[in-house]
Amino acid sequence: MFEIVDKKVLAPNIKWIRVKAPLVVENARAGQFIVLRLHERGERIPLTLFKWHKEDGTIELVFQEVGKTTYELGSYEPGDKIMDIVGPLGKPTHIENYGTAVVVSGGVGAPIGYAVTRALKEAGNHVVSIIGFRNRQYVILEDEFKKVSDELLITTDDGSYVRKGFTTDVLKEYLENGGRADYVFTVGPVIMMKLIAKITKEYGIKTDASLNPIMVDGTGMCGACRVTVGGEIKFACVDGPDFDAHQVDFDELLMRLTEYKREEREALDRYVKGVH
Amino acid sequence: MAKQIKKERIKVPEQDPKARIHNFNEVALGYTFELAKEEASRCLQCPYNFAPCIKGCPVNVNIPGFIKKILEEDIKGALEVIHKTNSLPGITGRVCPQEEQCEMNCVMGKLGDKINIGKLERFVADYAREHGIMPETEIAPKNGKRVAIVGSGPAGLTAASDLIKMGYDVTVFEALHEPGGVLIYGIPEFRLPKDIVHYEVKYLKMLGAKIETNVVIGKTKSLYDLAKEYDAVFLGTGAGTPKFLNIPGVNCKGIYSANEFLTRINLMKAFKFPEYDTPIRKGKKLAVIGAGNVAMDAARSALRVGYEEVYILYRRTREYMTAREEEIHHAEEEGVKFMFLVSPVAFIGDEDCNVKVVKLIMNRLGEPDSSGRRRPEPIPGTEFGLEVDAVVFAIGQKPNKVLYQEVPELKTTRWGTLVVDENYRTTMPGVFAGGDAVRGEATVVLAMGDGKRAAKAIDEYIKTGEWPKEIEPHNF
Repeated sequence: MFEIVDKKVLAPNIKWIRVKAPLVVENARAGQFIVLRLHERGERIPLTLFKWHKEDGTIELVFQEVGKTTYELGSYEPGDKIMDIVGPLGKPTHIENYGTAVVVSGGVGAPIGYAVTRALKEAGNHVVSIIGFRNRQYVILEDEFKKVSDELLITTDDGSYVRKGFTTDVLKEYLENGGRADYVFTVGPVIMMKLIAKITKEYGIKTDASLNPIMVDGTGMCGACRVTVGGEIKFACVDGPDFDAHQVDFDELLMRLTEYKREEREALDRYVKGVH
Repeated sequence: MAKQIKKERIKVPEQDPKARIHNFNEVALGYTFELAKEEASRCLQCPYNFAPCIKGCPVNVNIPGFIKKILEEDIKGALEVIHKTNSLPGITGRVCPQEEQCEMNCVMGKLGDKINIGKLERFVADYAREHGIMPETEIAPKNGKRVAIVGSGPAGLTAASDLIKMGYDVTVFEALHEPGGVLIYGIPEFRLPKDIVHYEVKYLKMLGAKIETNVVIGKTKSLYDLAKEYDAVFLGTGAGTPKFLNIPGVNCKGIYSANEFLTRINLMKAFKFPEYDTPIRKGKKLAVIGAGNVAMDAARSALRVGYEEVYILYRRTREYMTAREEEIHHAEEEGVKFMFLVSPVAFIGDEDCNVKVVKLIMNRLGEPDSSGRRRPEPIPGTEFGLEVDAVVFAIGQKPNKVLYQEVPELKTTRWGTLVVDENYRTTMPGVFAGGDAVRGEATVVLAMGDGKRAAKAIDEYIKTGEWPKEIEPHNF
């Protein structure tokens, strides 16, 4: 059992928790994730590692309440326990000194974007962070990003904070104005990653995307998370979650994410109505 | 007057096919005490040193010995005879292919039906469990040495149990949230109730084995850490990576690997959605590609999830199917349909890419391949479509290479299995391996046999400290 020791609400339906998971922290690195199961009847869901602390064996997770399991997790308070947590899983993001690295994060992709930004910064890169949110209310982790970025560019879809536009607009402007980018890392909604990849392809910039397909075990034994990369079948949980963004079939990923739309709605409806 | 020999096997009661496809309860109900005694009385009691059944058992259970105890109505005694060499009788009695092992050379076969050894073993385990009968197990005094076991499937659990009995301090590491490996996530409830796996794992814990779930060796902890912290390591990590065919549409929605389909059902209880949180795709028609035991498990599970028409699509003919005869028979009884000499060439989806049609091509059998089986050859121009709502790939699995990726000194074969010598020693000193991790996909009881013999080799290694300079690859 894994105890929640702290909790905060970062934005509407976006929550931050700190959990005791001493086995996970020992080998954790940026870009990796955990799989958790709340209780006996729970499903296994992947969540990316935002921060981890060897000193006290805790991990920090940021998640958005979108379905039954995340709403239920959102209802947990400090002292409550999560039944199973396994990790760190997936390959860590490949970190090296590229020169100037640009990290483009959208929405709740921000926690991974942060972990990768920090690792790139520690590796000696000049790091430019581009973070985008729906509107002012949903802006999260701004201070965190500030601490590990050389430049921080924030945008909101509706212009309610800093500037109006998508992360793609910001990246395009940055490059058009002669901004340097030797490497781009992107994480967020699939559509956003697809469009970011399209831009960087034109400029010929090496780009990795952190993919978020449906997962069950997270250890490579089922293939639920399979994605097509360069025409080959890859399992995101063990071959990724990072892949060369110019090789990823984003449309297929987007389509596969809707596999259980109906069931997800049904489970959430039941949960909201209090039927367990 | 000579005793009359009963030539015919005492039948095992089974659930009616029409009823059972609507539940996940066990199909074979097992012997009652009376029936078990009757079947046991058919055994000719061949002497221990000769009995061909014992030789056919990969863990050499003293079969006439435990059968005699049943006749004497001494179930504790029978259980103790079995437990000398097999700690998981409730499992092996159910899932072993006895017809190819212990029962294969049963002398009774010359006079009539062979003895139903599997069901008798199962009876002993079930009766003991239901009546709280525990075997008295001799455990050597603790010797202060520690062994790490990676993977809690049949190979790992068997190695753990033998090492505990020898006095070792044993820790088993499991990546999933429940121990048992394929016994938990793969083999369905209607063949192997999960309560039985839980019970046998509990017994192991009672003997002193520590089991740590949610630990992925290679990620949570490295193999190097284990090699440092323990006197020896056993890798029983199985062959759990599914194969897909890279044909058009293979990533359409509704196309599963058997591992995913069965894991959702067995481990996550998706058949109880939404009471349980894990969903599974529902529909009317489902096709399973492949014809081994896993394919039968997937097909029969699909019926119980509510699919009305379930097809087994196999590229060869019936005689080449690798599934156990009993499983094929059960599948047929339950209404699974079989299509032979067909291979999928593409999947066609609707506008949302939900799979709708499997495009198949007809085969004819050509020359035998390296396995001695005649190779299927597609016949041009014979493509046709089969409408489906879901598809399950059961065309085999390979070892999960991720576990060893960062350990270059651990050599693997070109099939991805670990290189070991005849004493289960890998190319990394102090590290042993057995089961599907070295054999590729094989059976539960072969994995158990490996675990057993590897435990012996581990004991020898820890006592002598000897490790060969070169590992001579052995083909299991």
